[in-house]
Amino acid sequence: MRQQIILSGLGGQGVLFATRIIAATALDMNLHVLSSETHGMAQRGGNVVCHLKVFGGNGEGVFTSPMIRPGMADVLLAFHPEGAKLHGHFLKKSGVLICNDTKMIDATGIALKLGNGLLTNIVLLGYAVARKCLFCGADSLRKALQNASGPRAEENLRAFEAGFMEATS
Amino acid sequence: MAERKILLGNEAIAYGLIEEGCRIAASYPGTPASEIMGTLVRLKDSESIEWLHVEWSINEKVAFETALAGAYSGLRSAVMMKQVGLNVASDPLMSAAYTGVKGGFTIISADDPGPHSSQTEQDSRFYAMLAKIPVLDPSSPEEAKNMVSTAFATSEKYEIPVMIRPTTRVCHARQDVIVKGYQHVETKSPTFEKNPSRWAATPKFRFLLHKQLNEKLREIASANEISIPGNGSTTCILASGVAWANAKEVMDELNLHDRVHLIKVNMPYPLPDSFLKTVLNAHQKVLVLEETYPVIEYQFRDRQKVSGRLDGTVPSQGELLPEKIEDIIRSWLGIEQAKRPVPEDLPTRRPTLCPGCGHRPVFYAIRKVFPKGIYPGDIGCYTLGINIGAVDTVLCMGASIAQAAGFFHSFNGNDKMPPIVATIGDSTFFHAGIPPLINGVVQGARFVLVILDNRTTAMTGHQPIPPISIENMVRACGVEFVRVADPYDLKSLEEILKEAGKYAFEDKKGIAVVIARKPCRMDRRAQHRFPEIEVFITDECNGCGYCVERFECPAISLPKKKEPAVIDPVLCVRCGVCVDVCPFEAIGVKK
Repeated sequence: MRQQIILSGLGGQGVLFATRIIAATALDMNLHVLSSETHGMAQRGGNVVCHLKVFGGNGEGVFTSPMIRPGMADVLLAFHPEGAKLHGHFLKKSGVLICNDTKMIDATGIALKLGNGLLTNIVLLGYAVARKCLFCGADSLRKALQNASGPRAEENLRAFEAGFMEATS
Repeated sequence: MAERKILLGNEAIAYGLIEEGCRIAASYPGTPASEIMGTLVRLKDSESIEWLHVEWSINEKVAFETALAGAYSGLRSAVMMKQVGLNVASDPLMSAAYTGVKGGFTIISADDPGPHSSQTEQDSRFYAMLAKIPVLDPSSPEEAKNMVSTAFATSEKYEIPVMIRPTTRVCHARQDVIVKGYQHVETKSPTFEKNPSRWAATPKFRFLLHKQLNEKLREIASANEISIPGNGSTTCILASGVAWANAKEVMDELNLHDRVHLIKVNMPYPLPDSFLKTVLNAHQKVLVLEETYPVIEYQFRDRQKVSGRLDGTVPSQGELLPEKIEDIIRSWLGIEQAKRPVPEDLPTRRPTLCPGCGHRPVFYAIRKVFPKGIYPGDIGCYTLGINIGAVDTVLCMGASIAQAAGFFHSFNGNDKMPPIVATIGDSTFFHAGIPPLINGVVQGARFVLVILDNRTTAMTGHQPIPPISIENMVRACGVEFVRVADPYDLKSLEEILKEAGKYAFEDKKGIAVVIARKPCRMDRRAQHRFPEIEVFITDECNGCGYCVERFECPAISLPKKKEPAVIDPVLCVRCGVCVDVCPFEAIGVKK
């Protein structure tokens, strides 16, 4: 198993939280994780990008760098349409783009319908896992989300299912 | 009980400090170092680790000296900060290298190649060289954690402070790491052996201490074992830190290991002479990859065969991203360059103050009340006042106040004396703002100082500020004009600024201080009731763009020129301040 994922969005959209959920899922699956995050000033309304590398299991090469090179990412999760443009060059030719926009999946619209625009990140996660582009299955991601959400677990799981349904319906 | 956890590099360092029995830890927040102390504070509380003293100190110098006294007392102690924080603590650093320590003393100084959140790309390892202390350069969170153990052991063995220098890509990387816990930690009792010729050395004894320091360094260098792979390649890459991590992955993928030796350097200073000679003798070509300055490279006395920053093979500035490392390695070995997608040349979003931030109305009002002013600014979220045109200079922590005084003395007596209006945050004021304020008063400077008091150290993640009255502090510095303003009450804020301007500039009385107080909306611990004022754009809006340009709230945008502004209901936090900004009264309040 070896997967490189770019997560891109705006400060305040929960890009870091989504990265943590995927990383926790990998840990539950006994895989190794290396990731890199944006902190500090850039978080104040700027573009936020996380690089996430998951590996291990079947003896394929380990990752040592926390960063993904352009043209090497298997998946790009764009929490904002800008992210697809700004970080699209990280995707490899056969890579999968999951983008929060009205064409592919209106994650923000779905989140607002659920009563909280801040759930956009979770809706997109649910959609991505349903599209089978991630190393993990829906159940393991769901479990990690539940464990990490504390009092918001119910709300987050609802958002996750809404995103999941959007891909399967 | 050992378990595997996904930890941020900074969290991993904190776990390392606890597992290694650190007793005294002190820090001042700064990206990318802040989460080390943040994690220590959290763990001390959640795990009831009574033997650990943790503190957010007032600044890095104070943090350093406080922790150092722990090491003088035989206890394992640590201080952590970002690289520019080490500038502030450089005075005790230089001297502490001479006095040495009894208990293990670890200095963690986090560098920021890029830079991402800093004024400089400076390399703390050069500070280690300048101070003559060893420095460790971790390449991952896991290694950073393990190096805490090496640092303490080396520090105790040679009675010398030891630096760990992580970079942003270690501090803010996440990795699965084995955590042992702290149950095995034995706590020691403090002892302080009086020894004035060491702890209070006069110049005569300092000479002797310097000699001892040089001897320690020689011993540490010769114990600095670095393994050289033995497959007989005549080219080698010498790398440390994240540059090594990036080079390793690129070399794995390009199958270069049988052509090129990759040598990993964990302690870039001091390097043993014998190692440097062996590297040169065994290879015809040597490439050094390190961030951010050429520390390993400079230690080669003969650099004929050595490529790196000094001969231009590696750029002299900027982060060594993995793609950059790949390009460097390919071109150095004469391999065809990789074809990879090029990013579209798009404008990235500039960081802005959050919607409803109490700093925004202050910058708006400063520019409105003092349109031709000089605006010295400072380090914090409010540096972003540059977007509103109300911050002209940003130098380093606390500089706004001394620079305001300096601008005053420069322009004093000139016909066109501009109003000088400085801004500084609450935490930065405590950190480095008090001596320059006293100095400004003593030297007869006249300017307006606005202290942006959001009751926290916001930028770095809401670390606490001293619970000491800023009003009293300012008065004690000798300032007579002190007013407190509510930034959400824009009209009254403007009036107070006008009064302050009259006091400082027209009546020529002295420094006027306005404390603009509004808790940070992002601070979950803030006990404050914010207003709920729902606003809308009325038919009066002619799309002039004044609100977007001068107030710059992320919730207000102008989709097209000369067409009405739009309020984003997701971003708007209903502070209602913009109602008083529009010159055409085109922002209304929903009843």
